[in-house]
Amino acid sequence: MDLQLTEEQQLIRDTVREFAREHIAPRAAEIDRTREFPLDNYRRCAELNLTGMMVDEAHGGAGLDAVSYAIAVEELSRACATTGVIISVNNSLYCDPVARYGTDEQKERWLTPFARGEKLGCYCLTEPHSGSDAAALRTMAVRDGKDWVLNGSKVFVTNGVAAHTAVVYATTDRTAGHKGVSTFLVDRDTPGYSLGKHETKMGITASGSVEVVLEDCRVGPENLLGPVGEGFKVALSTLDGGRIGIAAQAVGIAQSCLDHALAYSKEREAFGRPIAELQAIQFKLADMATQVEAARMLTYRAAAAKDAGGRFSKEAAMAKLYAATVCVDAAREAVQIYGGYGYINEYPVERLYRDAKITEIYEGTSEIQRLVIAANILKEA
Amino acid sequence: MDFNLSEDQRMVRDMVAEFADQVLGPGVMERERTGAFPEAEIRRAGELGLLGMSIPEEWGGSGLDTVSSALALMEIARVCPSTAVTLSVTNSVCAYPIWRFGTDAQRDRYLRPLASGQILGGFCLTEPQAGSDATNQKTRAVRKGDTYLLNGTKVWVTNAHVGKVFVVMAVTDPAAGKKGISAFIVTPDMPGFAFAPKEDKMGLRASATSSVILEDCQVPAGNLLGREGDGMRIPLNALDSGRIGIASQAVGIAQGARDEAVRYARERTAFGKPLAQHQAVAFQIADMATEIEAARLLTLRAAALRDADPDAVGPAAAMAKLYASEMCNRVAYRAVQVHGGYGYSREYPVERFYRDARVTTLYEGTSEVQRIVISRAILAG
Repeated sequence: MDLQLTEEQQLIRDTVREFAREHIAPRAAEIDRTREFPLDNYRRCAELNLTGMMVDEAHGGAGLDAVSYAIAVEELSRACATTGVIISVNNSLYCDPVARYGTDEQKERWLTPFARGEKLGCYCLTEPHSGSDAAALRTMAVRDGKDWVLNGSKVFVTNGVAAHTAVVYATTDRTAGHKGVSTFLVDRDTPGYSLGKHETKMGITASGSVEVVLEDCRVGPENLLGPVGEGFKVALSTLDGGRIGIAAQAVGIAQSCLDHALAYSKEREAFGRPIAELQAIQFKLADMATQVEAARMLTYRAAAAKDAGGRFSKEAAMAKLYAATVCVDAAREAVQIYGGYGYINEYPVERLYRDAKITEIYEGTSEIQRLVIAANILKEA
Repeated sequence: MDFNLSEDQRMVRDMVAEFADQVLGPGVMERERTGAFPEAEIRRAGELGLLGMSIPEEWGGSGLDTVSSALALMEIARVCPSTAVTLSVTNSVCAYPIWRFGTDAQRDRYLRPLASGQILGGFCLTEPQAGSDATNQKTRAVRKGDTYLLNGTKVWVTNAHVGKVFVVMAVTDPAAGKKGISAFIVTPDMPGFAFAPKEDKMGLRASATSSVILEDCQVPAGNLLGREGDGMRIPLNALDSGRIGIASQAVGIAQGARDEAVRYARERTAFGKPLAQHQAVAFQIADMATEIEAARLLTLRAAALRDADPDAVGPAAAMAKLYASEMCNRVAYRAVQVHGGYGYSREYPVERFYRDARVTTLYEGTSEVQRIVISRAILAG
C-alpha cells in the first residue's frame, strides 16, 4: 500500500493546477455568464494532452493511468466545472468506448483526432423518457441492406453543441430488451443528424448540453461500435469509467468551495475579528476539508481499481456517490460562510453552488449509485 | 499510488481476522453482558504480538508498520470493540511513547514486557476538570530527592485495574503553564497509587475503565519520561498515534454493524420479499458501505503518513478520527434501524455496536477537538 502520488502523478497535478489557475480559472465566471461553449479551453487542454489522457500514444493519447486522469479532471474542475465535464466526457464517455471496442480502422478515424483534441466527442444515451432506466431507450436502429437507419431523440448531451461525433445507443432488437441495444458512431454531418433544444441549465452552463435528433439518419456498417446487441454492456462499462471523471469533478468543485471559504473567512470580519477565528466557521472548514479528503481518496481508489483491470463498478459508484454528496454539502457550507455575498453572482461560490448540484444527477444519479453498490454488496458472500 | 495491501499487510489482516472470529467472537456477547474482562483472550493477543505492534522487535514488539496495526485493530473491533480499545491504548498511548521518548533502561524495564504481550498499559491525561482542555492539569509532581511525589486524580483511564504500566501526566512547574507539564512512567505497585471502582459504562463494558487516584504517589526520579517540562509534546504525539487506533476501532465497529445489517436484511422478509430487496433498506446498506470505505481510506492514509513521518500526522489523524467516529455512529444507527425492533434487543449484536459506537466521538479527543486540530492546520496552510 502506498497512498502517495507517484512522481509522475505529482508532476501532472502540479502542471494541470498551474495551467488551470493561469488559463481556465480566470474565464470561469464569464463562461458561466455567457453560456458559450469554451472551445478555446478545449483546445488549450488538447495542447497539454488532456483530451485523450488514457488513450495509448499510438492513437494520439497521453497513455496515462486513470489516477492521473482523475487528478487532471479534479484540477480543471477546481478552476472551472464546465471545463472539467467537457474534458471528462471526451475522455471517459467518448474516447474510452471507442478505444475499448473500436476496430483499428475505427480507431484511426474516430479515436486519434479526438484523443489529440482536434475533434470533440459526445455521448448519447439518455432520452426524454429514459434516464436512470437507461435500458428503456426508444431510439431505433433498423438495418437497411448494409446500412443502419437511426431514429430517435437524445437529451442532455454534454458537448453536443460542438461535438463532431456522437457515441449513440439505439435499439436494434426491441424484443430483446437491454440485450437488443447496440452502439453507433454518428458524425454530426450525417444527413438526419440535427441539434434540437439547447438546454438552459442551473449550473455548468456552458457545457453545450443539447438535444440530438436523429431522423432517418443513415450510417454504414463501419459505424457500428462493438457487436450488435452489446450496446448496454458498452454503455454501463463506459459509465463506470465516467463516474470516476465525475467523482473527480465533484472533488474539484468541493475543493474550490473550500479554497474560497478559507480565503474569505480570513478576510471577512465580524464581531471585531476575522470570521476564521470563530469556532462555528472553523468547524465548518474542518468538516469540509475532512470530507473533501475522504472523497478524494475514494476517487483515487476507484481510479486505481480501474488501472488494475477487472471490475470496478462498486468502487466507481462509491466514489461518485460520496464525492457528489460532499460536493453539494461543501457548496452549501461555502455559501453559508459567505453569507449574503454567497448569494450574489459576483462571488464564485454562487456559481459553485449551482455547478455542484449536477454531480448528484448525471452519469447515474445518487440513487443509481446506491443500486449499483447495494447489488454488489448483496452479491458478495 | 497503490491501494493494494502488501503481502505482509494482508497476512497480518487475515491472521488477526481469524483470531477475532475464532477467539474473540464466541464469548463477546457474554462478556459485554457481564462486563468480564477478556483476560484469556488478551493473553492470546499478546502471544500473537498484538500488544506491541509498532514497537521494534529488539524491544519485544512485532515491528509492524502503522498500516498493519490499523488493519489489525479494524479486524478486532469488527468482532470485539472492547478488546480493540484495550489493545489500542496499550500500543498507542503507553508502549509507543515509552519507546519514542524513553531511555534504554526504561524501555528494558517497562516497554519489553508490554511489547512482548505480558502486561497491559494505560495512559493518564484526562482529569475531572481537564478533558478537551487537556492542558488545564491539576495533578502535581513535586521532586523530593530521588523521588517525585504525585498528587491528583485521573479519570476515564482505560486498562485501569488490569494495566501494569501507566504513562501519567503531571505538572512539575505550575508557573510554566503548558511547558510545566511532564510525563512519568507509573506502576500500580508504587505507594500512593490507587484505582477507584470501575465505571459503569454505556458500551465497551468488557474494557476496564476507572479513575486513578494519586496520593503522595512515590515515583522514582528515573521514571520521568523525556525531560521535565517536555509539556504536551509527549501526550500529543501519543494521541496522534492513538487517534489512528480509535479511527481503526470505529471502522471495525461500523464494519461489524454493517455485516450484521446485511445478514439480517437477507434473512428477514417483509411484504413477501427479503428486506435487502426493498430499496429503502438496500440504499441504507449502500450508504453504510460507502461511508465505511471512505473512513477506512482516511484511516489508512493517516497510518501511511505516520509511517512516513510520525511528527507530521496530526491533521490527517484528526481527520481520520473525526470522520470514522462520526461515521461509525451513523452506521450503527442505520444497522439498528434495519433490524427494526430486534435491533433494540440485547440478543442482537447491533444493539451492542450501537452503544459501543458512541464513545468513539468522545475519547482520545472529542470530535470538537479534532475539528480544532484540523481547522488550525488548514487556516495556517
